[in-house]
Amino acid sequence: MESPPIATAPADVQLIDDSPEFRTLRRSFRSFAFPVTIGFVLWYLLYVLLSCYAPGLMGTKVVGHINVALVLGLLQFATTFAIAAWYARYADRRIDPPAAAIREAHGAVVHAPRESAE
Amino acid sequence: MTLLASSATEHRGLTMTLFGFFVLTTLGITVWAGRQTKGAADFYAGGRGFTGFQNGLAISGDYMSAASFLGIAGAIALSGYDGFLYSIGFLVAWLVALLLVAEPLRNSGRYTMADVLAFRMKQRPVRTAAGVSTIVVSIFYLLAQMVGAGTLVALLLGVSGDAAKRWTIVAVGALMVVYVVIGGMKGTTWVQIVKAVLLIAGTALMTVLVLAKYHFNPSELLGAAADASGKGAAFLEPGLKYGVSNTSKLDFISLGIALVFGTAGLPHILVRFYTVPTAKAARKSVLWAIGIIGGFYLMTLALGFGAAALVGPKAIKAANAAGNTAAPQLAEQLGGGAGSTGGAILLAVISAVAFATILAVVAGLTLASSASFAHDLYANVIRRGKATEKEEVLSAKWAAVAIGAVAIVLSLFAGKLNTAALVALAFAVAASANLPTLLFSLFWKRFTTAGAVSSVYAGLISSVVLVIFSPVVSGAKTALFPDADFHWFPLENPGLVSIPIGFLAGWIGTLLSKERPDPAKYAELEVRSLTGLGAH
Repeated sequence: MESPPIATAPADVQLIDDSPEFRTLRRSFRSFAFPVTIGFVLWYLLYVLLSCYAPGLMGTKVVGHINVALVLGLLQFATTFAIAAWYARYADRRIDPPAAAIREAHGAVVHAPRESAE
Repeated sequence: MTLLASSATEHRGLTMTLFGFFVLTTLGITVWAGRQTKGAADFYAGGRGFTGFQNGLAISGDYMSAASFLGIAGAIALSGYDGFLYSIGFLVAWLVALLLVAEPLRNSGRYTMADVLAFRMKQRPVRTAAGVSTIVVSIFYLLAQMVGAGTLVALLLGVSGDAAKRWTIVAVGALMVVYVVIGGMKGTTWVQIVKAVLLIAGTALMTVLVLAKYHFNPSELLGAAADASGKGAAFLEPGLKYGVSNTSKLDFISLGIALVFGTAGLPHILVRFYTVPTAKAARKSVLWAIGIIGGFYLMTLALGFGAAALVGPKAIKAANAAGNTAAPQLAEQLGGGAGSTGGAILLAVISAVAFATILAVVAGLTLASSASFAHDLYANVIRRGKATEKEEVLSAKWAAVAIGAVAIVLSLFAGKLNTAALVALAFAVAASANLPTLLFSLFWKRFTTAGAVSSVYAGLISSVVLVIFSPVVSGAKTALFPDADFHWFPLENPGLVSIPIGFLAGWIGTLLSKERPDPAKYAELEVRSLTGLGAH
């Protein structure tokens, strides 16, 4: 099921692009995605650098045979899961509703693809 | 080789039966999917009718290659903690896809990565560049999988000699072309789903069996692995493999960066986002994929340390110096050891799962590269957008046959290459050539055609050239040409240098070009990518 391609005139798209609703949506997306990306990349690099250059710290035993290196590695897994869940929640609240509102407001001109099957 | 060879004949029949069953089932699915495949949207994007969960499974199937399953388990079994470092990079990388790429790509593209890159640029140069880099990345990745398949079959079925290896490569290549030509994206997606379920089930079973031997106490398992490794506590700390010298440390950083930025530039992963109806469903696919892939890598920890503790590094190295057979050897041990019926059954099951893994991944790669050839190079560059939908799909099928043939021939000659290095290279090329252009196109208003083209080619050429002059190709015992030495680049992975080159070239190319980007086109891209207005 292909929906027809965009039927809006460039001027209309420019209007949407300039509208306060769209600007808010763009800000909501960028203000989450950009800083969080920088954050997890730095956190990952810190882990990589510690693995290379701080073997003493990484080898410190925490419990039994479990050392700092293993705990930090598992923490990378935990933060990845947590960021994914955080973004899912954020997008549900701050990105999907305004995006749907803009689509509906211009739905007469352009057909958005079906939302039903997720 | 002794452990595997002794019982190889017992389980060989069973492995072949199980694998034959997988091939027949997936061929049945492929024929069924082929009957429902009518137009280009079906062939390239599976009709965009998959759910987020189904696509999440399929993404996991595409991503969890033999390199992850056999390679990481083996790396952990032999190098201990340093093997685990791979899994972390492979997983964290998904956040780049989740936050920056999946949703905008789904909304603004149609069938290939180049759809997004060419959205507001001059079609022909950008599509040519993107098509070339898609095919190069896919072929490197295909080579890794097919060379791995040849080696594996020889080891797991206990058949020796080059003839068996060659026939395996030819058979795997022929099957993957059949899947793609007949089933298109719909068939290929279902093959990935079946394979992902099998792989997860097999890994979970082994994980439980390993943990049960150590009273479900991970610390006890780690202790046993460290004792059996002969390296003591150092086995559980970073540094065994990468901590040797300053160069090896830099190499590790380079690899880490390539893994994290490569995933969101892999063509066979990117096309998966087009198989769902909406951007929200694309997001859900990535969320499922993160859960499934993360769980899988956690389980490979148990497999790797389990293999170190129960099989022991001596037996693993005897079977395969790189450790690629650690997981199947562990399966045999868990089933009751060599010579036992349980051991033969579990070894057969895990071997069949490993073959299924390779087959599914190569099918995904063939589809992505033939789609890019047909949609980008044939329809939009050669025919200048005048090809009919039918001609385009037909050319994709021929491209699949041609790419399959090229991959088979190259694999026959590349038998000695290190598969892990090839996979890491594919990630480095994807991170250097594809990701910078993709991000600039989506988020930088000023980005121009010249910027896009220079970013793709600079990233592509720099990463490939650095590899040619690296220890992977010459000047080391494990190199492609161990007797020659023309290397001057010290690192095995080029990412540390070539990824910044890709970004810089995009930026400089844009600043130097006189071309004025069209603000209206960027407005259209922005509105479409964030809201889905006008998306296909």
